[in-house]
Amino acid sequence: MANGRKKHSIGTRIWHWVNALSVMVLFMSGLNISNAHRYLYWGEWGFMPEQAWLAVPRFPGWATIPGYYSLASARDWHVLFAWVFALGLLLFMLSAVRNGHFRRDLFTRFAEWRPAHIWHDIREHLKLNFHHGAGKFNFLQKVAYSGVIFVLLPLMIFTGMVMSPGMEAAWPWLTEVFGGRQSARSIHFICAWALFAFLVVHLVLVLLTNPARQIREMITGGRDDEAA
Amino acid sequence: MMKRRNFLAALGASLVAGCSKIGESKWFEALVDTAEGWHRGIHRTLGVNRIAMAPEYERSDISPFFRGNGSRTVDTDAYRAALESGFPDWTLSVGGMVDNPLTLTLEDIRGLPQRTQITRHDCVEGWSAIGEWTGPQLSHILEQAGVQEGARYAIFRCADNLYGADYYESCDLDDAFHPQTIVAHLLNGDPLPEQNGAPLRMRIERQLGYKHAKYLTGIELVASLDDVEGGKGGYWEDQAGYQWYAGI
Repeated sequence: MANGRKKHSIGTRIWHWVNALSVMVLFMSGLNISNAHRYLYWGEWGFMPEQAWLAVPRFPGWATIPGYYSLASARDWHVLFAWVFALGLLLFMLSAVRNGHFRRDLFTRFAEWRPAHIWHDIREHLKLNFHHGAGKFNFLQKVAYSGVIFVLLPLMIFTGMVMSPGMEAAWPWLTEVFGGRQSARSIHFICAWALFAFLVVHLVLVLLTNPARQIREMITGGRDDEAA
Repeated sequence: MMKRRNFLAALGASLVAGCSKIGESKWFEALVDTAEGWHRGIHRTLGVNRIAMAPEYERSDISPFFRGNGSRTVDTDAYRAALESGFPDWTLSVGGMVDNPLTLTLEDIRGLPQRTQITRHDCVEGWSAIGEWTGPQLSHILEQAGVQEGARYAIFRCADNLYGADYYESCDLDDAFHPQTIVAHLLNGDPLPEQNGAPLRMRIERQLGYKHAKYLTGIELVASLDDVEGGKGGYWEDQAGYQWYAGI
């Protein structure tokens, strides 16, 4: 693979950092919005604790944007960075389809789903050996990154759109896909925390695998042969 | 290497600390206002070639009761007396940039052609409730009044006073003439309960709850929102900085 290619393409690198920033702003402003009504429901409607499947804790100021309770300001941040986030993801997806990143690096092969292979991959991870796959990413990496890029991030966008009454009037079918507005709100919340869990694991694994080099490569691009 | 890590830590810290500062700056406000304009435009464009309607539900979908939020009453003796006696003297004025200013009693309003719709009410806080609303379409009333050339917004005047300021709201004429925009006087077949805005409230179904002005006393057609109250087109817009276009 020593072909002079960058380890991370320019599109991947720009998106990585734009996305990191926008997800952080969206998550923290989202926690502020969550404080406005701390109950989650299934179906179309719900407004009382007795109808809720989850009572969410109140998130403290240090975890929210802005750092004090303001539904108006948090919503401004949230809908503005939703644009950065959604357009960023769209452009990244187009570029990754075009340069083959998805096909070459992210899509799993059928053989990789054999239990023996998965088990082997888990064992190697537990030994902190992360460079055991044939391609750029090992199996668990592919599954994690694909899950985030193709499932969690798009779900955040679509469940967010369902919560907008103006959007719903234009695309009512989208609400039905998610089983109602309050269901979409619950899924939005669950996916946000799934993304947070991904972020924690992602950061821990970066710290375990030469973080200075990893960060440098995500900025400068690095060289493809370093990964092999 | 240490430098870079310090740089990243500083970047993270300044994001958190800086957001409040940025949030109060003029350019951020301008950006937010621009995005608000896009949202209205995009929602209207996606519904092109038809009037995008808010979903309507079945009777069986109606919530067991309908939550009241914000003002739950009008805190005056006159209102309490009127509530007691069924609002015999309540009137709705229609004025501003119209050819024929109107003063409608509840009797007049009940006498107009009625629309009944079962819709979901979404509060800006995040909760939702489904209810059946009945009342004349605002478009019908506005046609009777004759909206003048140049009018761009409908202002909704209210009897309630919240934390020392009179409640009011506004919408553009697309929403004012939308078929689901009604002056509701019935909820689930009964006269509006006190906490839901008795005797009259607006239903502007493609926007969040704070646009649905309660305890409605007047409708005013204007060319600009600038000179109305705080200038931002509504009580919460003036008081707390909520977005005027509440389609999100």
